Amino acid sequence: MRAAIVVAALALLSSPASAASPEPPNGAAACSACHSTNAAAQTPVPKIYGRSADEIVAAMAAFRSGQRPSTVMGRIAKGYTDDEIRPIAAWLATQK
Amino acid sequence: MSTRRTRRDFLCGSAAIASSTLLPMPAIAQAAAKVVVIGGGFGGATVARALKAAEPKIQVTLIESNATFTACPFSNEVIAGMREIGAQQFGYDKVRAAGVNVVIGTATVVDQTGKSVRLADGATLPYDRLVLSPGIDIRWGALPGYDEAAAAKMPHAWKAGEQTMLLRRQLEAMEDGGLVVMSSPANPFRCPPGPYERANLIAHYLKTKKPKSKLLVLDAKDQFSKQGLFQKAWKELYPNHLEWVSLSNGGKVVSVDAATNTFTTDFGKHTAKVGNVIPPQKAGHIADLAGVSNNTGWCPIDPVTFESKQVPGIHVIGDATIAAPMPKSGFAAYSQAKVAAFAIVKLFAGEQPSPPRLLNTCYSLVGPDYGISVVNVYRTANGALAEVEGSGGVSPADASPDFRKSEAIYAEAWFRTITGEVWG
Repeated sequence: MRAAIVVAALALLSSPASAASPEPPNGAAACSACHSTNAAAQTPVPKIYGRSADEIVAAMAAFRSGQRPSTVMGRIAKGYTDDEIRPIAAWLATQK
Repeated sequence: MSTRRTRRDFLCGSAAIASSTLLPMPAIAQAAAKVVVIGGGFGGATVARALKAAEPKIQVTLIESNATFTACPFSNEVIAGMREIGAQQFGYDKVRAAGVNVVIGTATVVDQTGKSVRLADGATLPYDRLVLSPGIDIRWGALPGYDEAAAAKMPHAWKAGEQTMLLRRQLEAMEDGGLVVMSSPANPFRCPPGPYERANLIAHYLKTKKPKSKLLVLDAKDQFSKQGLFQKAWKELYPNHLEWVSLSNGGKVVSVDAATNTFTTDFGKHTAKVGNVIPPQKAGHIADLAGVSNNTGWCPIDPVTFESKQVPGIHVIGDATIAAPMPKSGFAAYSQAKVAAFAIVKLFAGEQPSPPRLLNTCYSLVGPDYGISVVNVYRTANGALAEVEGSGGVSPADASPDFRKSEAIYAEAWFRTITGEVWG
């Protein structure tokens, strides 16, 4: 049954593996509610798309520890472990 | 549960496809999956664009009743005369340009078996998966005396647009010294901190424009979102212009009379010059027509895919869902829309969607240059959503004026950014 479902679903999309933009890692998709994906946008909120992965990982660790002061980012960073941040940071780095 | 749903989904909707697997592959490759999205708000427009971005081959149709969307976040500023309604309004040109077929119309029938949606003009749109992002409807009649006619006199202003402007005009027309009364409902409802932000901004308007007037807030609750921060601000900023009456102190409104602008509680009557009734709510009506709402009026969903627990093949996102502890907010709808979009792409591909991590940030304005926020990160646990332990929370109680000002600036930046992502 499972095999039949897979075949049927594959038939719906000609080549699902060729999706235009790879799925962002778990937890990364909602960053853009505050951090604009538009490089030209005028906003006081730092741009994170296309930023180096190391910079993002370090910033999130500093927000979490409180070493880097913030309004909301400290509270958000506490929702993610370093292991969860790394793939998100790597994905953000590829999003130019 | 999820296996059974998948199997039913397969059996109900895909008999033709099952036989088509016998055909040579090139013929099969021509078929494109169809997704219909109903509702073009923060959730609906986002899921439509996210689907198209993730898999351009999916045919995405977005059905929305209004050619121009009027956003609720920041509409309390419009009521208080701090912002114009035009700043709340967005069209669908960029959504169309992203490859989404945007249909301005009203869905009137959802055929679960035939997998199609019928519009008021008679058009029928077939779907492989349907996403409902219908927002809220007012539960007319749940508060005795409050029906659609009463709302033309005592506005709810809980769906932004004409109602927002009606409340603003009433406040502007009121003579100095008039009593403004607002009623706030029991949980759950759209935008949990919204009534209290509105109370602040109306109090700010009264303090600066009609200083002899006062706002009375009658509440069906004892506790509410960001309560400590709001109450601290009320004491600091609006000691003479805002009075909050909790449930325990007799704040629950049991009926209203639009003819006299009267709010009745178990303990007495309050007659207002301007009355704002924030009434009990439910999922948008189309959720009932589609069979995805339950006896609470809201829609139970699978937290991994946001697929209805009642009707396979239909996903529900945003305010209409039962997604507690996630609040009913534009940010939550945006967050859920992204999760639903990637889950749908995976389901079409025959893959298992992975458990999501969701996010919500809600800013409220207490006055000009004074913002506060609540943040949470969510994961799935035992078939429901749960807060990630140790994360989130509200702005610090002892924050500096600079901190409050930053949050007001970030609130405005959030609105510009999210509306840019959704409609820009």
